[in-house]
Amino acid sequence: MRATGGPEAAVGDVLLSVENVSLSFGGVKAVSDVSFDIRKGEIRAIIGPNGAGKTSMLNVINGFYHPQHGRITFKGETRARMRPHEAAYGGIARTFQNVALFRGMTALDNIMAGRTLKMHTSFFWQLFRYGPAMREEVDHRHRVEEIIDFLKIQEIRRVPVGRLPYGLQKRVELGRALAMEPELLLLDEPMAGMNLEEKEDMSRFVLDVNDHYGTTIALIEHDMGVVMDLSDRVVVLDHGIKIADGTPDEVKRNQAVIDAYLGVAH
Amino acid sequence: MLYREAGQFKTSYASDQAVFPILQDRVGILIILVIAFIGIPVTGNDFLINAVMIPFLIFSLAAIGLNLLTGYTGLLSLGTGAFMGVGAYACYKLTTVFPDVNIIIWVIVSGFFSAAVGAVFGLPSLRIKGFYLAIATLAAQFFLEWCFIRIPWLYNYNVSAAIEVPQRELFGIIITGPRASAQTRYLIVLTIVVAMTWMASNIVHGRIGRMWMAIRDMDIAAELMGIRLLPTKLLAFAVSSFYCGVAGAMLVFLWYGGAESTVFSINESFTILFMIIIGGLGSLLGSFLGAALIYILPIILRFVPPQLGLPLHAATVEHMTFMITGALIVFFLIAEPAGLARLWQIGKQKLRVWPFPY
Repeated sequence: MRATGGPEAAVGDVLLSVENVSLSFGGVKAVSDVSFDIRKGEIRAIIGPNGAGKTSMLNVINGFYHPQHGRITFKGETRARMRPHEAAYGGIARTFQNVALFRGMTALDNIMAGRTLKMHTSFFWQLFRYGPAMREEVDHRHRVEEIIDFLKIQEIRRVPVGRLPYGLQKRVELGRALAMEPELLLLDEPMAGMNLEEKEDMSRFVLDVNDHYGTTIALIEHDMGVVMDLSDRVVVLDHGIKIADGTPDEVKRNQAVIDAYLGVAH
Repeated sequence: MLYREAGQFKTSYASDQAVFPILQDRVGILIILVIAFIGIPVTGNDFLINAVMIPFLIFSLAAIGLNLLTGYTGLLSLGTGAFMGVGAYACYKLTTVFPDVNIIIWVIVSGFFSAAVGAVFGLPSLRIKGFYLAIATLAAQFFLEWCFIRIPWLYNYNVSAAIEVPQRELFGIIITGPRASAQTRYLIVLTIVVAMTWMASNIVHGRIGRMWMAIRDMDIAAELMGIRLLPTKLLAFAVSSFYCGVAGAMLVFLWYGGAESTVFSINESFTILFMIIIGGLGSLLGSFLGAALIYILPIILRFVPPQLGLPLHAATVEHMTFMITGALIVFFLIAEPAGLARLWQIGKQKLRVWPFPY
């Protein structure tokens, strides 16, 4: 349970709701008939054993997969199909399970690239890098520097991200997602492959993002300690089916969840 | 050492975001420009200007064009030669139909024709990548080459099936055609190349450059960040083809003086591709270095044996040139697979920390 906030803080309007979503690849059912909602300002965890359909669920939310059935309502707008860039413009940002940074670019450029959809100067001004184009560049650099300070990655600004250690790459990727100023931030296993110290750092950043920017966060995570500590509410998937939904304490006591994680005696 | 950035503090993001944030680099560029604009035309002989500098600059521009597409956006293209051809033929048609408009304007405008053609042939890039896209652009190469031969309208029904550059003037000075002096043509080529290089550098350092590189490095993440793949890739094709088109028009109008379709064959595409691979993918400087290595090095090698007094047959020298150039290319690629531009970067870094190793 989170120390600050508590359940009251989680009670906001529904930001995103997923209703009866089913997704299958050929004969394989990745997600079947799953419904849940994400409220404004909360940290919502999606957990489940391997192959439960968690990442597929995120891919559905940000428009990368199109579900065969079901509806997704984001900010009051219901949609059946959406392109990923439309999701981005709508305010959904995302990090990846395997870091998906732009490896040839510096950390600074990666985060600047996250500002792309906020930048509008025409090709003409870009040609001369002068006037509006330069002003825009500097304005956004200010915002990016705020994020760099926030994530404490000042000294690796100019380093091509391919050369950074894994933990820092994850942090730069979080920064790139934050640069989009999202309303909903999807984190796909932000702590995967980290040691305890890095996990603590990353958890702190996730909480800070939620507090400081008021960003709603949906995260997938395997570390139960992290999930139970960070999240306001948890949804549990197993084999593409929702088996539990509620506060961390409720979920912890749920028999179906215990069975899914520990197995059932036959 | 002279190459130190210590003490050069940036007090604004604008100066930190500059293309050349280090003073020594700015001075270096200035010196190169002075030599190029004043030194070479004043002191250089006809051979240096006409046979070395003009083609070097034109090939550099074409290499920049391809580098924007292949090096920055990660889209492999084998149609460079054809896109250069589109520029050349468009310029020829334009200047023969509207002879009163200044030829320099037509050279630039012909780039837009090339850009349009390039964007059309860039459409498959949404679906296919890498070698497969290279094959799709190969189709552009063959189709356009076929057009240059089979559509007589393009070369005004000339019996020789070639385009011949008519004489054109600017402020009373002859700038194209057989009577134009090498110096004049050189200065025009240099001005266009410098201006377009500057613009290319502005593009790649700004939002559009970051979008291109984002698509090159991780297209899925780019899409989820709000970068629309098709328009961005088509823009890369269009800008790249624009550069190639202008280079092609200059190749014919300011250097060859006339050309057949064979000039724009697949060989040309490969030559430009080799230039950017050896020079450095994703580097504007690399485009120049690659063009220099592939174009100027053989010329230099040809002159070494006579200077040393070696009694070699001309044909032998020719063969030797090929072999030595090939060996050097292999050597440079093994020494630094990321290209000459990376070698230059490493050299600068070494210079910066000299006399310490790091």
